[in-house]
Amino acid sequence: MTERRGLLDRWRWLGPGLLIAALLAMWEIAVRITGTPTWLLPAPTDVGRSLIDDRDILLPNALVTLSEVLLGFLLALLAGIGLGAAIFRSPTLDRVLYPIIIGTQTIPIPALAPLLLVWFGYGLLPKVLVTALVGFFPIVVNTVEGLRATDREVVDLLRAFGASRSRIFRLAEFPSSLPSIFAGARIAVAVCVIGAVFGELVGARAGLGYLMTRAISQFHTPRLIAAIVLLSLMGTSLFALIGLIERLALPWRKYVTASRD
Amino acid sequence: MPGMPGDRLELIDIVSTYNEGGRRLKALDGVTLRVGAGEFVALVGPSGSGKSTLLDIIAGLLSPDSGAVLLDGAQTTAGQRLGRSAYMQQRDLLLPWRTTIGNAALGLEASGVARATAERRAGAQLERFGLGGFGAAYPAQLSGGMRQRTAFLRTMLPEKSLLLLDEPFGALDALTRADLQAWLALLWEQERPSVILVTHDVEEAIFLADRVLVLTARPGRIALELPVDLPRPRTRELLASPEFLSERTTLLNALGILHGQRT
Ligand SMILES: Nc1ncnc2c1ncn2[C@@H]1O[C@H](COP(=O)(O)OP(=O)(O)O)[C@@H](O)[C@H]1O
Ligand SMILES: [Mg+2]
Repeated sequence: MTERRGLLDRWRWLGPGLLIAALLAMWEIAVRITGTPTWLLPAPTDVGRSLIDDRDILLPNALVTLSEVLLGFLLALLAGIGLGAAIFRSPTLDRVLYPIIIGTQTIPIPALAPLLLVWFGYGLLPKVLVTALVGFFPIVVNTVEGLRATDREVVDLLRAFGASRSRIFRLAEFPSSLPSIFAGARIAVAVCVIGAVFGELVGARAGLGYLMTRAISQFHTPRLIAAIVLLSLMGTSLFALIGLIERLALPWRKYVTASRD
Repeated sequence: MPGMPGDRLELIDIVSTYNEGGRRLKALDGVTLRVGAGEFVALVGPSGSGKSTLLDIIAGLLSPDSGAVLLDGAQTTAGQRLGRSAYMQQRDLLLPWRTTIGNAALGLEASGVARATAERRAGAQLERFGLGGFGAAYPAQLSGGMRQRTAFLRTMLPEKSLLLLDEPFGALDALTRADLQAWLALLWEQERPSVILVTHDVEEAIFLADRVLVLTARPGRIALELPVDLPRPRTRELLASPEFLSERTTLLNALGILHGQRT
């Protein structure tokens, strides 16, 4: 049973893998046949060469971006779950704060990046803040909605046993919201990568976004695309990592989905 | 009418309504009943007659519109009744993220016992509740009967002297149901709590209870009260005895007469 599922997992990657390989091959052939100059559109092999040759520039900058993403994401996670729980528990916050938080979604957060640059300079902080701001929204909304979706009868069951409000939160509401919080965290970590790069594009001294602006001004297109490849790799890995943590933290979920099949 | 000494629970003239689309819908219309200490009472009535509403009120989850609820002779508010009884609702309400032991411990934890202590006490009772070897299983891995036993253990573990059981066997197949009924009879004889068992199975009511109360269709009112004079301990053989059959005929006749009046 588990063995078969493992096998299915492996086969699941086959389709997308083949498709990507085919697209890369077509790209390579098209560039070669038309003789397009590298600065305009490098072939996949040019990008691959840049990934290897420029690794001493790419890797340290990738680590800078990664640390911004992780710090911003953690900040978003703490603030999102904390505020989400507060909004769930307090009718006043729900009426006053929640509509404002939803309203802020009409602001393109990355557009705040220049402002944060003015306030906090070229260092790590403004990037972490942009990252946290874009990651915050999916987490806070999924926390509030997850908490609200708690089975009313389970809450009544605990009330009938004499449980206090905070004990009901700890025993039922918070654990039952965790799948929803994890779903929010997975979306958040992906947009956090975008947030960090935006922060860097506006003004920075390090990071993949910074490297991209430098590469563009020098017509170093293979390196630009190599940076983009690393960014998407970062986003995908973090997304998968959250999924892994979720499977370890919520081992019961595999039985629930299995029994619903 | 003051509470009589020895009465574990007394309801006086309970009226309860729900708001439904702006209309007030009467669920209970003047229910009066008593449950003695260590007495097993079955509550029978058609679907929608307010049985679950009545248990909600006794558990303290709901305030009646009017009427009084007395516990051990003292009048109570809904808030004061919370934590005074063990309520097993119609659905088993097992938490999918907790194992059998974790779910069984939930009632104790809700009333303030530390998790480790609660789980140790739950673990010690697994065998007796027919859950031996399944302590680490999640609800989704259990059969319907096992889930119900887990919910029973969760209900019994805090050792409340008043049990409210809302159709605990309703969702089970006939064999499992018969099995669990006999097991509940045994359990009750060992610990002697006061019980209100909601059911719409007449045989189940007679087999388990000292007294059967019949509710009318909505709005619910007590239409009939039938003492069950059958010896204890009760076993499955009792079901075929002439005494049991005559009790059943009496109750079915009474229900038939009620039904005749309604239509
Ligand atoms: N939360 C509720 N809101 C509105 N009406 C309700 C609610 N709960 C129950 N009712 C109504 O009250 C009546 C009694 O319900 P209930 O106590 O669940 O009956 P029973 O358990 O005997 O089937 C039914 O007509 C039902 O539709
Ligand atoms: Mg009911």
